Amino acid sequence: MAVNSNLTNMVLVLGLTCLFCSAVLGGAYVLTKDPIEKAAAEKQNRAIAQVLPHFSDLEYNADGHYYKATDGDAVVGYAIESSTVGFGGALSLMVGITPDGVVYNSSVLSHSETPGLGAKCTTDGRFMDQWRGFNPSVKKLSVTKDGGDVDAITASTITSRAYTQAVANALDTFNAICHE
Amino acid sequence: MSKLRLIGDGLVKNNPTFVLLLGMCPTLATTTSAINGMSMGLATLFVLVLSNMAISALAPVVPDKVHIPVYIVVIATFVTLLQLLMQAFTPAMYETLGLFIPLIVVNCIVLGRAEAFANKHGVLESACDGLGVGLGFTCSLTVLGLVREILGSGSAFGWNFIGGGDGMLAFVMAPGAFLCLGYLMVLFNKLFKKN
Repeated sequence: MAVNSNLTNMVLVLGLTCLFCSAVLGGAYVLTKDPIEKAAAEKQNRAIAQVLPHFSDLEYNADGHYYKATDGDAVVGYAIESSTVGFGGALSLMVGITPDGVVYNSSVLSHSETPGLGAKCTTDGRFMDQWRGFNPSVKKLSVTKDGGDVDAITASTITSRAYTQAVANALDTFNAICHE
Repeated sequence: MSKLRLIGDGLVKNNPTFVLLLGMCPTLATTTSAINGMSMGLATLFVLVLSNMAISALAPVVPDKVHIPVYIVVIATFVTLLQLLMQAFTPAMYETLGLFIPLIVVNCIVLGRAEAFANKHGVLESACDGLGVGLGFTCSLTVLGLVREILGSGSAFGWNFIGGGDGMLAFVMAPGAFLCLGYLMVLFNKLFKKN
């Protein structure tokens, strides 16, 4: 029952199939573009709200990948995007830092760590809570295994190190902002 | 052949995971928890039913020499469609499965059913076959995910029953996937393979 192949019908069928499929996908892309952007923006905003104290205005700096949050005239903090390489791939964080240089909170934007081990960086309360109010001028920013003051996630030192490094990068960005 | 029988065959006799051993890559990789396994299964089910229907409708006019490229284009279209929809409406799930969604295109189950069934049967029968095999895949992945989640994280469908602490972590990782799959396959064949 297979149709015999000749140049005309092969070109015709394959061409028409491709044309039709591209049209369908083009349509689907246009239809889903807005919801996809909205979902991404919502996620971003949720992360920012989580890592900063109450603010009224947000200003994005595309060069430094950070958000400057203000409440009235006063700057309440900076939400800085920072990413490093974890155990399974890129680990990207949103770190909130108040103007006095203290970490307000941090949140994971995306990661590909091992489920049950490194992936706990998004659920392990003990690990996550230590970033709340972490003052780098009082505490040493590296995991306890390396002589610092960050308690690593059990059996996930590499992820914890990467997380710590990402926070350190965010603090560097913050220092650069302050010296501008 | 009755439609119901086709669905039943996909679940048991042609079970893609435990009998046909197709699509092992997403099977092993995404079944770290029952929910993940089930989502991957449902995503594949969606593609399988639609691509089976489209291919069975197209088959009579597709010249033999270009049938594989045409099938792949059709399958890839449905997968991309699914990817866009998931990204838009279930972003959390898209993040967990993101990497494996595009891989459904080259999942042997989908192309396998197109070649072995859809291009020789009618649209409705092909839809039933897709539904059956898709459900078989979903059930297998859910069971495998559930077993791994219970052993590896001490929880079921995200509900933790050991009250904190860790499960046997090896089961969440790759070695546990192979172990669980092997034993489940033995169990499945013991239960269903009578002749």
